[in-house]
Amino acid sequence: MDNLYRDFILEHYKNPHNQGVLDPHDLHYADSNPTCGDELSMTLRLTDDRAGIADVAFEGRGCAISQASASILTDTLRGMSLDAVRAIDPKDVLEELGVPIGPARLKCALLGYKVLQGAVVGGPVDWPAEAEAV
Amino acid sequence: MSVGAEPAVIPGAFSGTDKRADFPVFERLTGTGQRLVYLDAAASAPKPQVVIDAMADAYAHHYANVHRGIYELSEDATQRFEAARRKVAAFLGAPSEREIVFVRNATEAINLVAYSWGRSNLAAGDVMVTTQLEHHANIVPWQQLTREVGAELRYVLITDDGLLDLDDLDRHLAAKPKLVAVSAVSNALGTINPIVEITRRAHAAGALVLIDAAQAAPHMPIDIGAIGCDFLVVSGHKMLGPSGIGALWARRELLEAMPPFMTGGNMIIKVTMDGAEWNEVPQKFEAGTPAIVEAIGLGAAIDYLTGLGMANVREHERYLFEHAWAALGEIPGVRRLGPDDPEIHAGVISFVLDAVHPHDMATILDHHGVAVRAGHHCAQPVMQRYDIPATTRASFYVYNDLDDVAALADAVRAAVTLFS
Repeated sequence: MDNLYRDFILEHYKNPHNQGVLDPHDLHYADSNPTCGDELSMTLRLTDDRAGIADVAFEGRGCAISQASASILTDTLRGMSLDAVRAIDPKDVLEELGVPIGPARLKCALLGYKVLQGAVVGGPVDWPAEAEAV
Repeated sequence: MSVGAEPAVIPGAFSGTDKRADFPVFERLTGTGQRLVYLDAAASAPKPQVVIDAMADAYAHHYANVHRGIYELSEDATQRFEAARRKVAAFLGAPSEREIVFVRNATEAINLVAYSWGRSNLAAGDVMVTTQLEHHANIVPWQQLTREVGAELRYVLITDDGLLDLDDLDRHLAAKPKLVAVSAVSNALGTINPIVEITRRAHAAGALVLIDAAQAAPHMPIDIGAIGCDFLVVSGHKMLGPSGIGALWARRELLEAMPPFMTGGNMIIKVTMDGAEWNEVPQKFEAGTPAIVEAIGLGAAIDYLTGLGMANVREHERYLFEHAWAALGEIPGVRRLGPDDPEIHAGVISFVLDAVHPHDMATILDHHGVAVRAGHHCAQPVMQRYDIPATTRASFYVYNDLDDVAALADAVRAAVTLFS
């Protein structure tokens, strides 16, 4: 547990980066984690050529893992091409968190990733296989 | 919480500490090498060795299909299966074992009533009543039923203290509902509902009453005769029995008049290519080969609980509740849900903290060896009532003791410290 709730996870939870709603925005998606009830809503603004991400913001309520994960993920998105966003490997998202995520909490850790992919696709997406350990 | 702690002294009929020896799951340590403090009986209860042994013995030495074979082994299996039905009837205070229908669980029992009784007795414009306090199992089947037939489903609201608002019940009863479906104990908040009074008022208004006793029957005496209800449902797995077995009780004349829920083998007397005649109750509602060994296991669980005495079980849990309620109340930031009064609060405590989300709380408790449930407890209208996404829920049973209460409080304190 002391490994899971490391200081930087708690710091991202208490003071999440990229909070809020972008108005106007180009992409928006919201989803929830049925096992926890965690909720996450993300807005994105695209670059002028509409091929990359200019800005991102998210709002949500839920556990520390889901909110910290979204905070950490959104930090990496500015300047990233949409092709690169689609190619994000969920394993890398878990890796980026840097703490061991047990099977019961995988969906918490990957909710931000799922909402991001839903925004880029413009509709519902399945949970990645990495979230289906339970 | 150390493994070698002194056994807590429990005033009353039995010691929770001693009872742990009856449950083999407590031989295992948790993933972090600690004693398992199991506080999730409200989700499902561990199984005592006597239940496991009864099921193994039934499979090993007494197994054949029931109600079919004209040979000694099948008669042996049938006799054991039907003995289990008698045990369920006696445990619930049912007038006759012929009013006990074996089903998979309380959810299936409610669905059976909704499909069979509901679709025969509810019509467009009719009203039925459930409550905001219910498990989804006592809401969604009624939503489906009322939408299908064009009837209206009304909800008795809950107060800030987690009680059913009986004035609100009276308002809905004025609409002359056909059915009132209510839980005896809330699985989400632990509230013990006044089901005798609710049944009396509902009957006076001409409604039938279904009691969801899934969270009550494992933990306190249930007497159908004293309640006076018309339907009552239980799940085996919450009362130390196996999963996959539960029971519906209904008054004989209701069961006689209801059409079958599922059809097939066992539930018929005669089948021709033109049609079929239904078997007598309860077999009319038990299509196909039933959960034979699970029923026998449930019978063994009932024997175990009856041996302890359900009044003693209730007293034991009240004692643990009072200590846990007080211990959690001393921790800054903890908000306990449900009534303060131990007379109307079962051994289920839901709590929230602004600083720690329930899922983080449950993970931290797990690392302290304490197993609790975090979530909406299949009671999302309750969560909506208090505008919270989820709660952490600790629930007690016969194998818990004051050490477990202390372990819970210590672990909650550790979580608060971590997040402060």
